[in-house]
Amino acid sequence: MSATAEKPASPNSDPPGGARERQQVSRTAVPATARKKRGRVRRLSRRDKIVLGVMVGLPTLIQLLFVWLPTLFSIALSFTRWNGLDVSDIRPAGTDNYEFISQNYPPFWPAIQHNVLWLAFLALIATPLGLLLAVLLDQKIRGSKIYQSIFFTPVMLSLALIGIIWQLFYNRDSGLLNYLLGTAGTPQAVDWFGDSNVNIWAAMIAATWRHAGYVMILYLAGLKGVDPSLREAASIDGANAVQTFFRVVFPAMRPVNIVIVVITIIESLRAFDIVYVINRGTNGLELLSALVIQNLIGEGQVIGVGSALAVVLLVISLVPIVFYLIRTFGKEKEA
Amino acid sequence: MSTIARTRPVQTGKPGKSGKRHYGTHIFLIAVAALWLVPLVWSMYTALRPKADTDKYGYFSFGGSFGFNNFVQAWTQGGFSKYFLNAVLITVPAVVFTLLFASMMAFAVSRVSWKFNVTLLIMFTAGNLLPPQVLAAPLFEMFKHVSLPYWFSDSGNLLNTYIAVILADTAFQIGFCTFVLSNYMKALPSDLTEAALVDGAGIWRQYWSIILPLCRPALAALGTLEVIFIYNDFFWPLLFIQSGDRLPITTAINNLQGQFLSDYNLIAAGAMITLIPTLIIYLVLQRQFVAGLTLGSSKG
Repeated sequence: MSATAEKPASPNSDPPGGARERQQVSRTAVPATARKKRGRVRRLSRRDKIVLGVMVGLPTLIQLLFVWLPTLFSIALSFTRWNGLDVSDIRPAGTDNYEFISQNYPPFWPAIQHNVLWLAFLALIATPLGLLLAVLLDQKIRGSKIYQSIFFTPVMLSLALIGIIWQLFYNRDSGLLNYLLGTAGTPQAVDWFGDSNVNIWAAMIAATWRHAGYVMILYLAGLKGVDPSLREAASIDGANAVQTFFRVVFPAMRPVNIVIVVITIIESLRAFDIVYVINRGTNGLELLSALVIQNLIGEGQVIGVGSALAVVLLVISLVPIVFYLIRTFGKEKEA
Repeated sequence: MSTIARTRPVQTGKPGKSGKRHYGTHIFLIAVAALWLVPLVWSMYTALRPKADTDKYGYFSFGGSFGFNNFVQAWTQGGFSKYFLNAVLITVPAVVFTLLFASMMAFAVSRVSWKFNVTLLIMFTAGNLLPPQVLAAPLFEMFKHVSLPYWFSDSGNLLNTYIAVILADTAFQIGFCTFVLSNYMKALPSDLTEAALVDGAGIWRQYWSIILPLCRPALAALGTLEVIFIYNDFFWPLLFIQSGDRLPITTAINNLQGQFLSDYNLIAAGAMITLIPTLIIYLVLQRQFVAGLTLGSSKG
């Protein structure tokens, strides 16, 4: 860590580590930095202040206008009834939309279940698989780079394209899977993406194809950052490989672990593209994000209902987001 | 660095024993790698065969000829040349704007101390983590209610234009890039800009001539990553663009199944064409891409 922090401009350096160190320094020497801060601000000329204002203002404006304002609008619209045509048609509706989606909207609860299932699948199968691959490839084994490239290739693909590629694999009559199972052309042949009993599993396997590679690459970087002397110390103390990993190496990768937890949760909430490509998120593939869009696009635009669903999605997403922000920025706020 | 170089040989320096131990690992990795490649190889195999042959022999067969006819047909008649151009027209400006705005913001929050920099950074980071569907409806309505002259946009508003997609992509990606770049800039020694200040360099010169060139590795990594992210973006064009012939390639493949009916050979060829640019970037800029992904994750 300390070795890399000394030369932050090189591509393989670890700027966050450096940042953390700087932070620690500044925390122990508060008066000095405070003096420096005041001095710096005083030295800004009027022109510099204007330049700085533009540099901050422009991105902030974009961010507020196209991300945060729409988010607030979503919350507001969820308490209204609107067909999306004329702004003057917006009628207040109280909590009607929420009552509707929770009581009279059949896909809502299946969608919640599928989102939870998706998260569980990624968390219990895809993420551990990625970690396992990373640990195996972190050893000095022959062909490690080739394996990495193979596992990493799906990460480069969009989930939409992954949906198409797996469709070719899963098709009832032309897909490879049914040929390999020997059921192709027989009545037992399963339409893996079409059958509502199995399609969520088929879709989650396709998503795992991408997620595991993503997790692998992050953990490979994390494993390289673990101080080798930790492992040595553990093996001198008589720990075997498994003990060393779970007691020493894995806890030492805490920053990466946090990112992985957040990514896994966010990815399971965002699993929209693949189900939309398969069947627009219907017939066994209902997900919250897909339901939002079904209510916004198409003939019967029900913006209020769509927005209520979006707010449910927002509230759930805020859990990992806030968790991540506290972990990441908590220390800085103190300082 | 030197400590790593010194300790690694000790760890793996047990000849014979470690070699044996890896057999099981190799068997497992080869099995998983084979599973990993199956969908891709199958798509490629299907794409290379004419439909007539697969109809005659079945999809799971080795008979018939192989060639790139499906690719040619998808490119010319399937409209893939057009979709690809659309993707370039969206991706290039979106990536440029994202990196420009993100680097300005990152500079301001990391190199100049003022009251709200952590607050703003939190806002930017959180924005990037939201599911895009949360803001879909209001953004759609906002763009619909921006009146534009018809010579500029045939919808009379921002819908069905590349600008809408570029704006949404940029706004969504700025957060992540700001976060990564601000961490990177924080790690640069503060003497750099202090010295420039003494020399009378203004804020813009500090940003453009001193800090930005030093961030080249981070910018290269993020640029590669963002090209892939935005090229792969399926959702914003789906939401904003109604005319099929204006869709970028990633969103257009959604219409393949309807367009080519059950000509899976042609669908497979279309999928492979979509994959080629990312594969090229992957092969050429793999290091940058991986660096970009891990830059964002190593912050604790």
